[in-house]
Amino acid sequence: MPPVAVPLLRVDRVTKSFGAVVAVSDVSLDVAAGEVVVIVGASGSGKSTLCRCINRMEKHEAGTITIDGAELPEEGRALASLRADVGMVFQSFNLFSHLTALENVMLAPVMVRKTPKHVAAEDAKRLLARVGLADKVNSRPSELSGGQQQRVAIARALAMRPKVLLFDEPTSALDPEMVSEVLDVMVELAKDGMTMVVVTHEMGFARRAADRIVYMDEGRVVEIGTPEEFFTAPTTERARNFLSKILNH
Amino acid sequence: MSTLASYFGQIMVGLGTALSLTVIGFAGALVLGTILAVFRIGPITPLRLVGTVYVEVLRNIPLLCLLILFVFGLPDIGIVFDLYTTVAICLALFNAAFVCEAIRTGINTVPVGQAEAARALGLTFTQSLRTVVLPQAFQSMIQPLVNVFIGVLLGSSLASAVGVMDLLGVAQFINLHQAWGIGLFAAAAAVYASIALGMGFLGGRLERKVAISR
Ligand SMILES: Nc1ncnc2c1ncn2[C@@H]1O[C@H](COP(=O)(O)OP(=O)(O)O)[C@@H](O)[C@H]1O
Ligand SMILES: [Mg+2]
Repeated sequence: MPPVAVPLLRVDRVTKSFGAVVAVSDVSLDVAAGEVVVIVGASGSGKSTLCRCINRMEKHEAGTITIDGAELPEEGRALASLRADVGMVFQSFNLFSHLTALENVMLAPVMVRKTPKHVAAEDAKRLLARVGLADKVNSRPSELSGGQQQRVAIARALAMRPKVLLFDEPTSALDPEMVSEVLDVMVELAKDGMTMVVVTHEMGFARRAADRIVYMDEGRVVEIGTPEEFFTAPTTERARNFLSKILNH
Repeated sequence: MSTLASYFGQIMVGLGTALSLTVIGFAGALVLGTILAVFRIGPITPLRLVGTVYVEVLRNIPLLCLLILFVFGLPDIGIVFDLYTTVAICLALFNAAFVCEAIRTGINTVPVGQAEAARALGLTFTQSLRTVVLPQAFQSMIQPLVNVFIGVLLGSSLASAVGVMDLLGVAQFINLHQAWGIGLFAAAAAVYASIALGMGFLGGRLERKVAISR
């Protein structure tokens, strides 16, 4: 019998509330190495909170989250270093506004991984070239378009060589003409075998790159399936309603 | 009949005392105020409480009260510093509360996403504060900190009320002998005002120099 593959990311019966609001309710999800999981769902369904629990930006009150077999530790140095294994790309980019693109990408490797500066700089240049921004290394965030900023943010996350990359609506704050330049980078990453959890409303990306789609509603995972299954034969009424809204707008 | 010139030496010593009290008091306030600000924005609840209580107490009592308490109260419990040191300590303790608030307000001008991104990358709280938040908060802290500096300068003149020969103390001393009255104090006021205005001007220049565009 072949050994059972341990998932790279395991979310097991996780619950997170804010006061009376249960944002994530009893969610379980396994993500295998190299897998791309797209999370969809209406606004307020708990997608962001789930992402934030996965790298412990929020502390869940029940359940366990393990990354590569290690459970998330309490706040402190151990958590900081484990968090570095989980890259996060935000809707609002959050590039450090006082630093250049290169410095943005270099900062964490130097500070957290103690990579020598010249090594980190070479690595950062290579990553910026990979996201198509070789000519913008010395630009500050305010000199870059939204799409360019988000690509720097992806390079910044990659610089830590994370085991998993989380994307929380990475294209929602972008002007429409800039969406595809960011999605293209993400599709390339998926092809290169990056393990990704992506919250997005871009159904085109979900079809193109997702191995599985997770549909969330009111903090719960209502449906999990391949894009094929999800788009052609959603099993729940709620998922059907959601799809009809999102595909016809 | 003496002239102002015959007091030149004393006036210079008084000015020196006022300036050194200001610089030492401000430096102390800067160090203590920064620590308090870190307490107040940090994740550790007891330290937050310490920071909050400190600030609320110190900024709600008059500096003169604090001076009198320290100058006359401390010796009663067996702690004796010379007058100059006592005043410098009071200036630092008192103004630390204002430094703390200036720094905290400056930090709050930095969007939360900046610290979140740093945290998500694995930077510790202190690393994120030092390399991401404070450099961006610095610009908006300059003017408020200059105001605190001016507050320390003007507050240092209260030293004369507890017997320190700072600039105002010297003016009072001269007036005792010469009864030059208003003119003398107007001159002292002009000296304080020109130092304060000069600092304000330098602060404005520094602020423009470090501006970050978002
Ligand atoms: N920091 C917070 N404090 C209080 N309530 C929150 C917080 N973050 C999220 N929520 C609530 O949790 C629920 C899920 O939010 P969120 O995870 O942001 O959903 P989504 O990303 O799917 O739009 C919502 O009801 C939201 O109002
Ligand atoms: Mg969200």
